[in-house]
Amino acid sequence: MMPLVRLTGLSVAFDGAPALRGIDLSVAKGEAVGLVGESGCGKSVTWLAALGLLPAKARITGSVMLDGQELIGAPAPVLERVRGGRIAMIFQDPSSSLNPVHRIGKQIMEALGLHRGMTGSNARAEAKRLLDLVGIPDAGRRLDAYPHELSGGQNQRVMIAIALAGQPELLVADEPTTALDVTIQAQILELLQSIRRQMGMALVLISHDLGVIAEACERVAVMYAGRIVEEAPVAQLFDAAAHPYTQGLIGALPPMDGPRRRLAAIPGGVPEPWAMPPGCGFAPRCQFRSAPCDAAIPGLMGLSDQHRAACIRVAPAAMPLERIPA
Amino acid sequence: MLRFLATRLARAALTIAMVVTFAFVVLRLSGDPAQIIMGADAPPEAVDAFRSAWGLDEPIWVQYFSYFWAILQGDLGRSMRDGRDAIMLVTERIPATLALTLPALAIKICLGIPAGIYAALHRNSLADRVVMIIAVAGFTVPSFVLGLLLVLVFAVQLGWLPSGGQESWRHGILPVMTLGLGGAAVLARFTRSAMLEVLGQPYIRTASAKGVPWRAVVTGHALPNAAIPTVTIIGFMVGTLIAGAVVVESVFSWPGVGRLLVVAVANRDLAVVQCILLLVAITMVCANLIVDLLYGLLDPRLRAAPRKAA
Amino acid sequence: MKAGGALLEAEGLVRRYAMRRGLLGRAVEVRAVDGVSLKLERGRTLGLVGESGCGKSTTGRLVLGMETPDAGRVSFDGAVMPQPGSAAWRAMRARMQMVFQDPLGALDRRLPIATQVGEPLEIHGIGARSERAARVETLLRAVGLRSDQGARYPHELSGGQRQRAVLARALATDPALLVCDEPISALDVSIQAQVMNLLVDLQEQFGTAMLFVSHDLRAVRQVSHRVAVMYLGRIVEEGEPDGVLHEPAHPYSRALVSAIPHPGRAGQRIVLQGDPPNPADRPSGCAFHPRCPVATSLCARETPALKARPDGRLVACHVAHGEVSAGQGHARQEAA
Repeated sequence: MMPLVRLTGLSVAFDGAPALRGIDLSVAKGEAVGLVGESGCGKSVTWLAALGLLPAKARITGSVMLDGQELIGAPAPVLERVRGGRIAMIFQDPSSSLNPVHRIGKQIMEALGLHRGMTGSNARAEAKRLLDLVGIPDAGRRLDAYPHELSGGQNQRVMIAIALAGQPELLVADEPTTALDVTIQAQILELLQSIRRQMGMALVLISHDLGVIAEACERVAVMYAGRIVEEAPVAQLFDAAAHPYTQGLIGALPPMDGPRRRLAAIPGGVPEPWAMPPGCGFAPRCQFRSAPCDAAIPGLMGLSDQHRAACIRVAPAAMPLERIPA
Repeated sequence: MLRFLATRLARAALTIAMVVTFAFVVLRLSGDPAQIIMGADAPPEAVDAFRSAWGLDEPIWVQYFSYFWAILQGDLGRSMRDGRDAIMLVTERIPATLALTLPALAIKICLGIPAGIYAALHRNSLADRVVMIIAVAGFTVPSFVLGLLLVLVFAVQLGWLPSGGQESWRHGILPVMTLGLGGAAVLARFTRSAMLEVLGQPYIRTASAKGVPWRAVVTGHALPNAAIPTVTIIGFMVGTLIAGAVVVESVFSWPGVGRLLVVAVANRDLAVVQCILLLVAITMVCANLIVDLLYGLLDPRLRAAPRKAA
Repeated sequence: MKAGGALLEAEGLVRRYAMRRGLLGRAVEVRAVDGVSLKLERGRTLGLVGESGCGKSTTGRLVLGMETPDAGRVSFDGAVMPQPGSAAWRAMRARMQMVFQDPLGALDRRLPIATQVGEPLEIHGIGARSERAARVETLLRAVGLRSDQGARYPHELSGGQRQRAVLARALATDPALLVCDEPISALDVSIQAQVMNLLVDLQEQFGTAMLFVSHDLRAVRQVSHRVAVMYLGRIVEEGEPDGVLHEPAHPYSRALVSAIPHPGRAGQRIVLQGDPPNPADRPSGCAFHPRCPVATSLCARETPALKARPDGRLVACHVAHGEVSAGQGHARQEAA
């Protein structure tokens, strides 16, 4: 199937320090893809870069194709039609992601006006319908509320309503539940899934929590130090993680049952962007590290049709040097 | 809302009463008006007669209460120099002062705010640095230095404009520039930092992410939020409309309220000084009140009790 | 591990705050903690779990005497807690320490790590100067920091290393009790595992009892011997972590467990309706009844007491104790 969005060799650097070092990822129409990794791995930067939302000092190279259209370097009017219209994005902290001085109805209607040309009572009726859809009780009255009058969970629902206003083909949800309580997190995850089913929309879920991704996504890409180190269908990733970092992430999760075992913590910490190891970014923390790991950055190798990992141990013999991206 | 206004008004009245008391105490403690007005070699009997005529021989607390009582009845006293009503002396100077401070306020707002916004939007650009260097200079250079510099350049060197007096509108240009440029610099700095703070907020990214063009993000999302802190500083500037020109009026020999204040203090003309201070306090308090109301208008978070969802 | 016996006992702790709503709103009384009793044995860990605003952090501060309870009492090592602020209390505080969520905020940016780890020794006058340096080095090693890292400043360390430094400082006085308030929530997943392992190791090595305050049931299971679930200022369930996690008795614990996202979760999730309640606007009866899927009209009237089931699990729920059969949820009943 022709992918909806295809990122190729997407790289970002801030003041010369690399934040993203060559991302290849595609999202098919209607698909739910998870992007998992620790802070600073570049999972949010990837999509902010794709939509041109990074500050001007960011140096972006590579390509982001949306339905055959290049977004990197695209003129502002093109990007403005894409943002919210074809690809919508919601963020971690819903309460500070909404403008405190505007009523939430106005913030939804703004998107309706931009992408669907709706104004006046038409827009208001549609905004009310969207609030109903995302499960805000008493939607008609809530249109006139300000963000500070709603709880964090309700504000995230409002963010989702704004995102849906432009009828996007892809929703990028950046840690949408991290700032919320556990029971509210469950509500929001449930909502995202039901909306995706109703609208046939693709979803990219960015999270540090493998559990969250496992529930809401079909496919997952694991990121480390600005690169994708493993990509697989969710079930396959949990059953047969190939990259030592993925194995470490799974091992670090406290189990729900069985005997209390010592957690398989990954030693050390994430490398700083200005002090990247020459070869595999994970090598300094990896228990299987050997000399070739430091020689060059391993590229993603196919283990099976849909399962790829960037580790020399996956297929050491099949490691062609020319596949290493610069 | 009524309760809000009532508490604010009560607080304002208290502030004014404190200013009046403070002025009274400081002025009584800092020299004998009778001696100063009558001159150092006046005969003692004449000085005593002056004292009893103005009630200065009464115990200080009696003077204080009679003074306070008079104010409550709208009587602000008479000048000890020429016996005219203090309030008349002061009010006839107000138009001259406003003729300086109102155009200056317009310059501050029309120059300072756009400069601050531009600098914030082009952070670290050449324009930003130039604006900030000028702003810091305007911030740190005292107004009498700036005033004298302008006189040196435009009056002495170039001879384009008069250096003092109040004969024509051209006499007003240099004092207005002196007041306006310094204030514009202050306002530019404030606006810039308020804007930068707001532009870093997540809701700005949200607005961009929903496809709002950058111009509309700035005008529709950033400015209404940046206005909140900026209003404070403008409110303060409005509060100094009457008394903010003391130094500049002296430098340019402009016959406004500020000059009157300097002369009245030098002469220990109690009623006039107190009358000006009262006026200053009232304008300040009114400006603050307006700022508070504007806050409520600009920031929904500050409006009375939140209607928290059940 | 040392012999058992209660190290810490709290009974009927109540903490009220006056909260103003809005600029001019009337002050409302908020019961942050509303009658909490708990018992912690020597060398064991009690996990305190719940959502924001449930009073778990306040409970942690109350048992240390960092806040004074409005009612109830705390006894430590068999003796009633001295008046907070008194000399006796300060002496006792050397034996109980606290670890916070944000290690950077807990450390002084201007002092090297080793100096800060040694600080409690100086404050409480423990050991001679030369002995202190050796003790600091032992502590750094115990938490997995190298002695050369002791010379660094907080900002030169990673988040995980900072939390290790905070733990080393807390352990300096060889405390019998450590209250850890969300010690891992600010850390990355792989670092969380390191700190959880460290907590278990340190307990084994020093026999420290711990009160582990967290919103994360899985983390609580990993490090605790017992777990108490809090909702709106009260403990609603308490028992062995595995029991509570696998067979939660209180409907709120059930929802909490079912909300844990994890791969291969079996069965339908219970998604609670509505937001966590406002402590200033506490529902009548059982505080959970407006969100409870099995609430009855009894639940709206009477507050259930926390009492033991035949199997020893403590639960505060009319339905779980069989005092009434499961309803359809009170709110829905009313609406119908």
